[in-house]
Amino acid sequence: MPRKKSPPITEAWRGLTFTRRALVVGGAQVAVGAALAARMAYISVIDNDRYVLESESNRVNLTLIPPRRGWIVDRHGKALANNRVSLRIDVIPDRLHNKEMVLGQLRTLLRLDGDAMERINRDLKAASGFQPVAIAEDLSEGDYASILVRLPELPGVAPQRGFARNYPTGAAVGHLIGYVGAPNAEEYQKDKDPLYITPGYRIGKDGLEKYFQPMLKGTPGAKRVEVTARGKVVRDLSTTEDIQGKTVHLTIDADLQEYVARRMGRESGAAVVIDCANGDILSFVSMPSFDPNSFSDGISNSEYAWLRADDHQPLINKATRGLYPPGSTLKPMAAIAAVEHGVDPSERHTCVGGYRLGSRFFRCLGVHGSLDMPSAIMKSCNSYFYWLAHRLGYDAIAPTARLMGLGEEFQLAGSNQRFGTIPDSAWKMRKYDQQWSASDSLNAVIGQGYVSVNPLQLAVMASRIASGRRLYPRLVNRQFKNEALPFAPEALEVARHGMDLVVNGAGTAVRSRLPLDGITMAGKTGTAQVRGLNTGNGKAGTWKFRDHGLFIGFAPVVNPRYATAVVIEHGMGGARAAAPVAKDFMTFLFDRERGMEALETFEAGWGGTIKERMDRDYAAWKAGASSDPDPGVPQ
Amino acid sequence: MIPVPPAVQRIPWKLIALLSAITGFGLLVLYSAAGGNWSPWALQQGVRFAAFLTLALIIGRFPIRIFEDFAYLGYIGVLILLIAVELLGFVGGGSQRWLNLGFMNLQPSELMKVAIVLALARFYAQLPPGNTRTWTALWPALVAIGFPAALVMLQPDLGTALAICIGGVIVMFCAGLPFWWFGSTAAAGLAALPVLFSFLHDYQQKRVLIFLDPESDPLGAGYHISQSKIAIGSGGIGGKGFLNGSQSHLDYLPEGHTDFIFATMAEEWGLIGGLGLLLGFFLLLRWSTRVALKARTRFGQLTAAGLTMTIFFYIAINLMMVMGLAPVVGIPLPLFSYGGSSMLTIMTCVGIILAIENDSKKQSSRLS
Repeated sequence: MPRKKSPPITEAWRGLTFTRRALVVGGAQVAVGAALAARMAYISVIDNDRYVLESESNRVNLTLIPPRRGWIVDRHGKALANNRVSLRIDVIPDRLHNKEMVLGQLRTLLRLDGDAMERINRDLKAASGFQPVAIAEDLSEGDYASILVRLPELPGVAPQRGFARNYPTGAAVGHLIGYVGAPNAEEYQKDKDPLYITPGYRIGKDGLEKYFQPMLKGTPGAKRVEVTARGKVVRDLSTTEDIQGKTVHLTIDADLQEYVARRMGRESGAAVVIDCANGDILSFVSMPSFDPNSFSDGISNSEYAWLRADDHQPLINKATRGLYPPGSTLKPMAAIAAVEHGVDPSERHTCVGGYRLGSRFFRCLGVHGSLDMPSAIMKSCNSYFYWLAHRLGYDAIAPTARLMGLGEEFQLAGSNQRFGTIPDSAWKMRKYDQQWSASDSLNAVIGQGYVSVNPLQLAVMASRIASGRRLYPRLVNRQFKNEALPFAPEALEVARHGMDLVVNGAGTAVRSRLPLDGITMAGKTGTAQVRGLNTGNGKAGTWKFRDHGLFIGFAPVVNPRYATAVVIEHGMGGARAAAPVAKDFMTFLFDRERGMEALETFEAGWGGTIKERMDRDYAAWKAGASSDPDPGVPQ
Repeated sequence: MIPVPPAVQRIPWKLIALLSAITGFGLLVLYSAAGGNWSPWALQQGVRFAAFLTLALIIGRFPIRIFEDFAYLGYIGVLILLIAVELLGFVGGGSQRWLNLGFMNLQPSELMKVAIVLALARFYAQLPPGNTRTWTALWPALVAIGFPAALVMLQPDLGTALAICIGGVIVMFCAGLPFWWFGSTAAAGLAALPVLFSFLHDYQQKRVLIFLDPESDPLGAGYHISQSKIAIGSGGIGGKGFLNGSQSHLDYLPEGHTDFIFATMAEEWGLIGGLGLLLGFFLLLRWSTRVALKARTRFGQLTAAGLTMTIFFYIAINLMMVMGLAPVVGIPLPLFSYGGSSMLTIMTCVGIILAIENDSKKQSSRLS
């Protein structure tokens, strides 16, 4: 540093320097003071809104009250799914000051097992602050009261009078309604709804419960309390009541639904009933089923394993997810196609026990002799329809099948459909890169070979034949055009007449004639070979390899009101297994008492109602089953 | 007109009114912070204020000569107390900052804030003017500041150590030491900041880091700053009203009656209360700065300037802390925060400045 010539330092210079520097220090102090004032003004004026909000969210603790779920009711307003009171005990982690003591007391009072305690401890670790953690749900009044009286000694314990989903007819509506369950972590991540982590809250997990979730869920209520930083409640501020979810009205007839489900007995299969006036689905049954009440309470691992282990597949909705070769139930449809393509219904073909195609002989189930079209339907003569298919080719029949709803996926609320195949030459070329052959036509016309349909499609076909209109199945009041089918009235009449003869003439289902005066049912049986298995003759032997029994029908024959399809898996024949079921529930539709009499007789033989049988089966399975360590219960 | 007796005239009524106004406001806030109770804080604070005000007025009557004569002795005495506290802490197996005197806990580090100013003021008053820019003007001051500051840092009490340093440095600055010494020291200090940072305790480092980013740990150590800002910000312009502060009453604001009392006040009195308090402090500091400028002796000038800075440092650091402009260092707000030690320090400062004022008045009246 260059040495500057400094002036001599004197007393006077020192005094001047002091004054100058003191003023510098004072000025700096004023500047800092002004900056502080500006900073304070910034925080309290510009950022005021934000801090007011944060101060409020400190002060006020909001507890959500889960909304009551909307009901699901049938066409008459009868509940298919409603809510029942559920007494529950939660704990609030922030108020749980003596955790060991309180949990120990709860464990004793509520008789909780080790698994439950482990879950509670896990949830408590994951939970924060005021987020309640469930201790036990669905308590008895006695257990609940035992906690209530000890509440002063159990700080942090919160008894709640909540609601749980209830399905009055249990398994009968399992596949129709679906079920509810506690939201899982993924669903919470997706929706970020704070309700999802409120104990006792359930969302629709399957079926209509899932489909109508936005309508059914309702609006949560809220309880606002003022709390200190340590979580002590100072006072209640306000409570907003929850708003119950909207009611969903279905086209289902609850009584019929339950009747059909019960009438299915120990069989595995599906039955759908459709209103011929508008396509309303009156009954939509797949059996065996699960009890949705079990799911809404949180199904146990062993119960889920039991359902999975059952070879009758109670977890699969066979009405829309089961694909079957339709067998002879397609013959009325084929007859319509033939008339539309110029075949005279009165033209006769002689059945000699089969049909010769080149070097192959396609067998009929009998030797029916000379038949016109209605009697061919009545006798379910394969020879006649082989002859038709050979003459017209299946490409002429397939469009009619599609107009009947086969191979179609319907817009149906909450359903997950497998819609099967109606084959034709283009389809075969696309799929297998092969030419369509005449023998393919012969197989297809009797509902075998490449053809596969689901029971819902069969019921729609029955309703379209019965009404002559293109009905669409519906579970809620959704509007479809339902215009007339482009078929000549006499074509439809041939099919209806043939189906009338099946039940009321000398056909395959004469034993299933309705026991009613003046009301008759038309129908068509079908027996489908279980494809690809040439084991036995399909009429006996191992359950798995027996033929499927199918039936489509409508009633009354004049001015049809109800159309139906019934599929009984491995029922060994349509006339034997499926038609009697249809007969009974059709009877029930017109005469409830007579229908119930028939059912009660059957149920006595089967060993009780669905619930009694399921409970017994489950108990037996639990006693004897090898335990499945991880059945993969959906959470 | 009734003649006012000279004894009454000599009492600094304006100053008493100013101090009482600031402390009185503080008492209201303490009353509110206790949930609308005079106990446990407001009443005791009021009694303490009365006692310390009397003490300040008595100190103000002392001839300034006494402070100058006992400046070195006092400094050494306080230094011994500091070492004693350090040894007690060492024996007791933990850090200790205070000595129990029976009626109050005395923090020698608080006394050191005053003692360092007095000692350095005397040193520079006696220094021949020609030596102002020499080494002899520098090293004794650095030793005098460094030794107690290091002891206080060991306690560890960063805020008080800084207060001791700043009081001493301001005396050096006002004594006329070359400007570039301060400039280059500040630059070097800035450059050495990371090294100094590494000498801090873990919790102090954490506080500094959280000061730089308070949202990083809103429920942990950043909680203090966040809640304090919420309290000040939610008060708005007019505040939530007396006894209506939710942040303080529901215990969200930590230390709402001591270090963070400004936030407690601002929540209920808003920006208006805050500016009013700042005005009060401004008047107090303006008074003491004027005393410094008018002081008759060099010792008086330097002492008043140094003590003014000591009072200012308390106010500035505390307010910066509660507004999120400085790390949480645990410095109370003068006259406002509940606590005896800081009030004793402030009132001692006020008393000494009063003595300087009286000294210059006496002189001027003698002259006139």
